[in-house]
Amino acid sequence: MNTPGNVVVVGASVAGLTAAVTLRTLGYDGRLTLIGDEPHTPYNRPPLSKQILAGTWEPDRIKLRTDEELSDLDARLLFGRSAIGLDTAARRVVLEGGDSVSYDALVIATGVTPNSLPGAHHLAGVHLLRTLDDALALRADLRHKPDVKVAVVGAGFLGSEAAVAARRMGLDVTMIDPRPVPMRRQFGDRIAGLVGRLHTKNGVSMRCGTGVRRFFESGGRVTGLELTDGTLLDADVVVVAIGAAPAIGWLAGSGLELGNGVECDPTCRAAPGVYAAGDVASWHNDHFGCRMRLEHRLNATEQAQAVARNVLGEGQPFAPVPYFWTDQYDAHIQAYGIFPSDAELAVLHGELEGGHFVVAYGHRGVVVGVLGWNSPCELRKLRQLVVDRAPWTSILPTPRAVWPGRHLSASLR
Amino acid sequence: MQVTLHQDKCVASGQCVLAAQDVFDQRDLDGVAVLLDERPPAELHDDVRQAAAVCPALAIALADA
Ligand SMILES: Cc1cc2nc3c(=O)[nH]c(=O)nc-3n(C[C@H](O)[C@H](O)[C@H](O)COP(=O)(O)OP(=O)(O)OC[C@H]3O[C@@H](n4cnc5c(N)ncnc54)[C@H](O)[C@@H]3O)c2cc1C
Ligand code: SF4
Repeated sequence: MNTPGNVVVVGASVAGLTAAVTLRTLGYDGRLTLIGDEPHTPYNRPPLSKQILAGTWEPDRIKLRTDEELSDLDARLLFGRSAIGLDTAARRVVLEGGDSVSYDALVIATGVTPNSLPGAHHLAGVHLLRTLDDALALRADLRHKPDVKVAVVGAGFLGSEAAVAARRMGLDVTMIDPRPVPMRRQFGDRIAGLVGRLHTKNGVSMRCGTGVRRFFESGGRVTGLELTDGTLLDADVVVVAIGAAPAIGWLAGSGLELGNGVECDPTCRAAPGVYAAGDVASWHNDHFGCRMRLEHRLNATEQAQAVARNVLGEGQPFAPVPYFWTDQYDAHIQAYGIFPSDAELAVLHGELEGGHFVVAYGHRGVVVGVLGWNSPCELRKLRQLVVDRAPWTSILPTPRAVWPGRHLSASLR
Repeated sequence: MQVTLHQDKCVASGQCVLAAQDVFDQRDLDGVAVLLDERPPAELHDDVRQAAAVCPALAIALADA
């Protein structure tokens, strides 16, 4: 248990910053360097697709730390700098521009990069939504004129939230997804169907089961698109929200195991002295007995805290019950656990059609997930079923309805 | 320790209650957090610090007092 004297963190968003802050909180007094490629000081992403896009909050409300708190960290802050290489033998991170930074322990927290649609991103009016700059550019475009027509490609949680924000501005919104219902990968058909109905009820035109074939443009600006089913749509603004890939390009040739993210052991260690946390990390979660990589806000914090402890020698497995939330119109959807495709589903509280409910997901005989729809307090209490891996049969007298073997999709990748 | 809760930022995640149930609760209606104790006793300070650290909405602020 040698405490490192020199820790470097790459990626200066919630996971990276939390790792740095936690090290200091735990009494680490060695050298600390935090490297991030964004020009801004670290900020919180969930409001980007909600309050920032809607224009109800300005960017200074989402700072993760004040400038004063950042300087209290007593760390070397290299913001606006990209890591482009890693030499694990020499324990050095190579930065763009050629200089390098040596470490005794390294925390990789570079998150994910949104996937783009080939052949469209040079067009004005076509947007991704990951960074503050992305959100501000999209917001400006949505307000560009009063009758903007918006096409959202991808009906996951990000696309869905963008559609909500645009509808709230009174804009004409079409959402396109090759899958039959929105949010299917996250929550499975049954709950996804409810989200789909919510969008339709709020005036979004849903085009599910079809993809995008090509874009139309005029003078370098998008004007519309053709779908794979032949439909032609006018669009002044297109939001592309088709998932994201771990930001691991800079680790090529480092010798680290790179699969779906930086592959770590149950303690989030990828190699001697090298750890990963947040959206970029793939690790074995002993609680569920499987490997996972999560793109959830709470996980980034909890995993970074665990990594900081392990950097200091604790060596404990990180085995959390994941938590995720999303806001869709008047529905506040929250979920604990995992949602495998072949899970069974049971209602534990409220009614599926009633606007307030909690459902449990059962898999291999135990409760592996609970999802709440406008039921935060009930959900928090029922979370314990997932913590305890409660036998599925033990909750069966309680539920109001059960759908054995209903096909549900995983939030795991 | 002086605890401040910014309810307008809260996303009703309940993490503060899981971390420090003597200091935080959630409103039944919408799950927005409520502060039960602005000046919690010393033995709860670690739990409250953890609540503030995990709050995904940065809604909990702590000050020395
Ligand atoms: C618009 C939006 C809304 C969201 N809403 C929710 C929600 O409602 N609920 C929820 O649970 N989760 C939500 N999330 C997910 C949540 O924000 C993420 O899980 C979280 O931000 C992950 O944090 P991270 O630090 O691991 O990665 P990131 O936040 O992706 O941070 C990684 C950082 O590393 C930087 N970086 C990348 N490569 C390099 C390099 N080579 N050198 C230097 N720096 C580099 C990146 O620029 C970035 O700043 C949302 C995400 C987005 C984008
Ligand atoms: S942890 Fe934060 S967001 Fe969650 S209920 Fe408490 S104050 Fe609200």
